[in-house]
Amino acid sequence: MISGEGGPVIDCRNLWKIFGHRADEAMKAVREQGLGKSDVRDRFNCVVGVQDASFTVARGEIFCIMGLSGSGKSTLIRHVNRLIEPTSGQMMIEGHDINTLPREALRQIRAEKIGMVFQNMALMPHRTVMDNVAFGLEVRGKSRDERHHVAQRAIEAVDLAGWESKYPDELSGGMQQRVGLARAIAADPAILLMDEPFSALDPLIRRQLQDKFMALSAEMKKTTLFITHDLDEAIRIGDRIAIMKDGVLVQVGTPEEIVTAPADDYVADFVAGISKLDLVTAARIMQPLGQYAQGNGPQDTASWPVARPEDKLNELVELAVGTDDPILIVAGEQPIGVVTKRALLRGIQGRDDANAEGKAA
Amino acid sequence: MDENFNWLNPFASVDLGIGAWANGIKQWAISNREMIQPPKQFFESVIAAIEGALQAIPPVVMLVIIGLIAWQAAGRRAAGIVVACLIVLGLLAPEAWGLAMTTLAIVIASVILCVLIGLPLGILAGKNDRFEGLIRPVLDTMQTIPAFVYLVPVVMMIGIGNVSGVIVTIIFALPPLVRLTSLGIRGVNPSVVEAARAFGASPRQILFKVELPLATPTILAGLNQTIMLSLSMVVIASMISVKGLGNEVLRAMGRLDAGKAIVGGLGIVMLAIVLDRITQGLGRSGRERGHRHWWETGPVGLLTRPFRKTA
Repeated sequence: MISGEGGPVIDCRNLWKIFGHRADEAMKAVREQGLGKSDVRDRFNCVVGVQDASFTVARGEIFCIMGLSGSGKSTLIRHVNRLIEPTSGQMMIEGHDINTLPREALRQIRAEKIGMVFQNMALMPHRTVMDNVAFGLEVRGKSRDERHHVAQRAIEAVDLAGWESKYPDELSGGMQQRVGLARAIAADPAILLMDEPFSALDPLIRRQLQDKFMALSAEMKKTTLFITHDLDEAIRIGDRIAIMKDGVLVQVGTPEEIVTAPADDYVADFVAGISKLDLVTAARIMQPLGQYAQGNGPQDTASWPVARPEDKLNELVELAVGTDDPILIVAGEQPIGVVTKRALLRGIQGRDDANAEGKAA
Repeated sequence: MDENFNWLNPFASVDLGIGAWANGIKQWAISNREMIQPPKQFFESVIAAIEGALQAIPPVVMLVIIGLIAWQAAGRRAAGIVVACLIVLGLLAPEAWGLAMTTLAIVIASVILCVLIGLPLGILAGKNDRFEGLIRPVLDTMQTIPAFVYLVPVVMMIGIGNVSGVIVTIIFALPPLVRLTSLGIRGVNPSVVEAARAFGASPRQILFKVELPLATPTILAGLNQTIMLSLSMVVIASMISVKGLGNEVLRAMGRLDAGKAIVGGLGIVMLAIVLDRITQGLGRSGRERGHRHWWETGPVGLLTRPFRKTA
């Protein structure tokens, strides 16, 4: 068994979802004849929602799935708690395939292990904030006292104390989504599914809620699958990011990898407008010391500013402002590379300097 | 096919004997009357018990009770209208109040049965497209077929009296409740239902904790329509010997007695206004009531106020 602490919490394996009456036939044809999306649509009148998606999320990790509307990201996240059944492939939750669970066990996992936040809040308008937050506990048959006690903690965690007996329509959008967040964390689930939770909010409130969420998640260490159409948000929040397009996971990687080494033109277009200052590290743009010495002859590095390989461009800029010399990159005690002004400027632009070719991969 | 067959008007030459066939059903019903007697006795006694209770309460006490119910359900303004209508009803004629109570008993019995039958059917139709497709033409038939068509078979099978009256009333009054229950269930925001599923609710919990509460205003609008339609059936039901206000109208028609007709007719209208105001009040959404529970408003609210903790 790979369950338990070691293995990935969410392990999605070759997941396909084809919508339509003839989905199974279409799936078979895709397997045997390698049909494309448009062929499936023409021949079977079916729509491919998710195409061969595989990814894993480790315990405590925040995994962002970024894509435009219609890219299949909301479909994909609904497979994790089996709101949608896959046409083919597996969704392993802590080592168990959620699609083979009997109904009652599935309901228990949904109520106790997986919390979900929705883009449109999806609060129950006929229930108070308290009863909304306690819903998951209520359907598990917990006593009124117990569920109110637990729900109260969740409500306090999202700074909504004092609003327990209000109804959702008496709250602002940002507060409603905090209720949604409280409902998701009330049962203290191991996994959080966030389906574009902040997309419907105005920018200022969105920023506040992102901060609130990041503070909470740093504290609670929940394994989180976070859906967004906003790359800035994905970079801000995610430990790793997957870019999704037309049902396919185009690229999976850390924010830095996505920004500095986009897998194709589609991803490159996306990241073009993203500021690299806080993402790209010195290690990525530096020239190895030996190579630099070959080109420029032996140097006296004593007066050069010094930085570490994991320092971000922003810090390098600070160092470069005060001197005309290049920056020496030192790992531990050992000087390993050089960042020239030219490489730094190119790095901020998001391009590799000609001299550093072959280094950025 | 005879030689006189006219291709331009084929229907005149073909006789499938549907009328005779339907008559056969009637004959079958007559020959099996005994089968129906035990349930008929049961319903007869239930209706008699409701009527007995309504008649036993003195009119003034009844006026207060209905007034309080209206206040609780629909607020003070509606309660005023309801009480005024009841007073007008009582003043129409010395015997009007008693007749109205008889009619009310039939309406109550019909509506209870309508709810027992209509609510489950409506829920099923709301959840299942196929069932909705099946039941729709049946409901269309029930609403449009002239009452006189089924009056005769029902009387043949069950005989005249209150039970038959209740049955023909149900046939006419049931469809809006089924339709609006289905509409209400279908109108529930699917994302809220999805959220309930995501938090582990079973189909049963989703129905009772999410769908029915959110569909309640629509369902109550259906209940309101059902009550109105069952009131409008009392005149027709009086043709098969159902007593009450409808019977007054029917007898007045026979004797061309305009005075009696107005007493019966206005009585029905007053009763209709009373029932309409009360059930419409029930259908107000929580938001319109200022998000207060029902026990926090109206006369019950006055009674419970000392026991509630002040927020």
